[in-house]
Amino acid sequence: MSHPMKHALAAALAVMTVTLAGTLRSDAAPNVSHFTLANGLEVVVIPDHRTPVVTHMLWYRVGAADETPGKTGLAHFLEHLMFKGTEKNPQGLFSQTVSNIGGQENAFTSSDYTGYFQRTSREHLKMLMEFEADRMTGLVLTDDVVKPELQVVLEEQNMRVANNPGARLAEQMEAALFLNHPYQRPIIGWRQEIEKLTRDDALAFYKRFYTPNNAILIVAGDVTAEEVKTLAEATYGKVARITEVAPRHRPQEPLQVASRTVTLADARVTQPSVQRYYLVPSYTTAKPGESEALEVLAHILGRGSSSRMYDTLVVEKGVAVNAGAGYSGSALDDTRLFVSGTPKPGTTLAQLEDAIDGVIAELVQNGVTADELSRAKIRLIADAVYANDSQATLARWYGATLTTGGNIEQVQSWTDRLKAVTADQVRDAAKRWLDKRRSVTGYLVKDSQTVEKRP
Amino acid sequence: MTSLIMRSLSTVTWPRGRASLCGLLALVVVAFAPQLASATKIESIKSPAGIEFWLVRDPTVPLIAINFGFRGGSAQEPADKGGAMNMMGSLLDEGAGEVDAKAFQERLERGAIELSFTAGRDTFRGSLRTLKENQDEAFELLRLAINEPRFAPDAVERIRAQIVSRLQRQSTSPNEIATNAWWGTAFPGHPYGRPSNGTVESVAKVTADDMRALLKRVLTRDTLKIGVVGDIDPATAGRLIDRAFATLPAKGNLTPIPDVAMQGIGKRTVIDLDVPQTVVQFGGPGVKRSDPDFMAAYLMDHVLGGGAFSSRLYREVREKRGLAYGVSDNLLWLYHAAIHVGGTATRNDATKDTIQVIENEVAQMAKDGPTADELEKAKTYLKGSFALGLDTSTKISNQLVSMQLDNLGIDYIDKRSALIDAVTLDDTKRMAKRLLEGGMLITVVGRPKGVVSN
Repeated sequence: MSHPMKHALAAALAVMTVTLAGTLRSDAAPNVSHFTLANGLEVVVIPDHRTPVVTHMLWYRVGAADETPGKTGLAHFLEHLMFKGTEKNPQGLFSQTVSNIGGQENAFTSSDYTGYFQRTSREHLKMLMEFEADRMTGLVLTDDVVKPELQVVLEEQNMRVANNPGARLAEQMEAALFLNHPYQRPIIGWRQEIEKLTRDDALAFYKRFYTPNNAILIVAGDVTAEEVKTLAEATYGKVARITEVAPRHRPQEPLQVASRTVTLADARVTQPSVQRYYLVPSYTTAKPGESEALEVLAHILGRGSSSRMYDTLVVEKGVAVNAGAGYSGSALDDTRLFVSGTPKPGTTLAQLEDAIDGVIAELVQNGVTADELSRAKIRLIADAVYANDSQATLARWYGATLTTGGNIEQVQSWTDRLKAVTADQVRDAAKRWLDKRRSVTGYLVKDSQTVEKRP
Repeated sequence: MTSLIMRSLSTVTWPRGRASLCGLLALVVVAFAPQLASATKIESIKSPAGIEFWLVRDPTVPLIAINFGFRGGSAQEPADKGGAMNMMGSLLDEGAGEVDAKAFQERLERGAIELSFTAGRDTFRGSLRTLKENQDEAFELLRLAINEPRFAPDAVERIRAQIVSRLQRQSTSPNEIATNAWWGTAFPGHPYGRPSNGTVESVAKVTADDMRALLKRVLTRDTLKIGVVGDIDPATAGRLIDRAFATLPAKGNLTPIPDVAMQGIGKRTVIDLDVPQTVVQFGGPGVKRSDPDFMAAYLMDHVLGGGAFSSRLYREVREKRGLAYGVSDNLLWLYHAAIHVGGTATRNDATKDTIQVIENEVAQMAKDGPTADELEKAKTYLKGSFALGLDTSTKISNQLVSMQLDNLGIDYIDKRSALIDAVTLDDTKRMAKRLLEGGMLITVVGRPKGVVSN
């Protein structure tokens, strides 16, 4: 069936994916290789010989959270501009070539990383590497191409955020959750700052972060480590280090002491909802075992129809149409765990919020059952097995882990670490981290006059 | 939960590409059947009970993915019960046989079994993914879901509330408004003109008996197509297929749906909505999948609006002028109609220019067709991309069913390159004229400056 929550989970796949490649040591596991070229470029090879296809991804350890204040949206804008050509390969040649051979390509930006990828049949790998290595340092930008692209990004902001009340609320909630950390900024940028981004801004950012020693090459598919190494040395290996990149020490969160609320009113809201973000440790910042416990906690609390929130709020009490939770564990710095609910007609947001708090309080007080713990582990570990069915998914997991402070070993030991989570750890994680003082609660409503005043 | 898509700190945003435009299309285009890798062999097998299925064996990963489809989708619903098929699909895993909804969901989770159903306009499809070690439990749950769903009152009301909530949210979404208006104008009085998932009003009327009736009429063996992929041998697959499907009724009872030509060509409708970005949906006639000129039309449309960053529309609307983040056009073939349909979104004050650019490109294509170079590149793209759509078990099983539902034949994969190569420049010019010369139906939702209904 199709609970909206399940769709949310599909959308959130990348959140979990990072953590799920743990079965790589199982029977079906590809034999992952990892090495570093002389110029500092890290390389990961994930063999998958089922189809003669290769997924070629280049990840940079730079994202929206690495931008200079006042220049929000720059990491993402540069990502768009990376398709504008180099001295050697004029605009469009790379994309046209990929298209002509029946390949697919795309690029993506997050708070912590930026990536570029192509998928083609295996024999084109060297050519992909030549193109991608060339634009690592050879980008040429003129205002003729930069200016229309800025308009494209502004339309993207319209589409993703301005036209969408739920996305506008999420943007405001993140800004409120992070008091000091740059995760408070939208990846796409604040509109008035995007509007002012220039060619020079983009080139300065490019020169600061795009260098082989700040990148990770991931090749998944019908390849061997040996051939990838040979090809990578012949292409990427020739790119000189441009610069040394400073350690990513971003401003961290102070002790959070006050719960916050945010209300977004929009005349187009026909279905109100409530959500809460908690500030929690990521896989990189957590103490041993803590992230794994948060992963299990979020699952038991709110993933799917057997979760506490769905079962209690939707099925049993009938106060919600939908309810769920999720943990965004893959991040360089402290991250968030969210809970959300859509009220049934006749239930106010305040009543639903109280009911959500009731579910959390119950879990904090009495912990989780052995059956819940077991089901959650089975389901989470199965995700890792299913991941082995998709070379692109595996490539993304490794890329996201390595660009957020993790390493190969952490990916591969994930299943074992997850298996070790105890019921006490889950309850402790709930008790410690589901603390309202470290949270922001957001209300999506039609009219701010109708927001119920809390007693 | 739209916020997750781009907000989540660790969730990547996919800033380029056309996936973002999916919402504009009322139903996902049946994936163009790319070729399987030569190493991948499709076997057609009959189960002990005589049910045919296509199998691709792949022991690499210990899992099994199956997809299945029946003829008969939302077009089969009674006119005032729009959304009944979708609602039925949402209720099949909400309790069946002796197993109540909660227990059913827990068994799925305990087995890490993924089961889902999708109602299209013409078909009802399902998909199941399981670890090999849980295959018996997975097929038992599938059997229960499609043979003995309970439609218990509490589950029906719970699912109805979820669907209504989603429809209400969509009722102020420019994409949904544009899509529904476009289809309603293109197919007035025909089932295709109704929103595929119904309306708040029609979903309110659907009863458990309505869903039981649809189940009995549509989920039957005479139109069933199955694709199985994974770590499983033919005998085991046959046994499990029989377990799930052999007890379904042998024959269905489908309401005949009339063939229909789309209406409203040349019409432009502007619907007011207070949003900063206007959504534009456009389209015209297409070709049926069985049309001998299908491939020529497909190649022509690819040059116009397909692919990722290579089409004429992409170049003119996005790359040169920065008018939109995404713009595309696709062929969509239904059983009783065929269309091409595309969309874009642009700021209110640029809408007039954007529509003009799109209309110019369409008119230009209608007049002269693609160039020889464009056609050649489209051909190499379509031939070369064959394996990319088939690199996971789920994608392959899905494709096996689409090929069967489209009557393409089990040897289609071998024939496909030759079909593409056989298309001439004249064929594509002829198809450009036939599909595009008459103009388009355009629906516009937002506050566009200087654009009015005609």
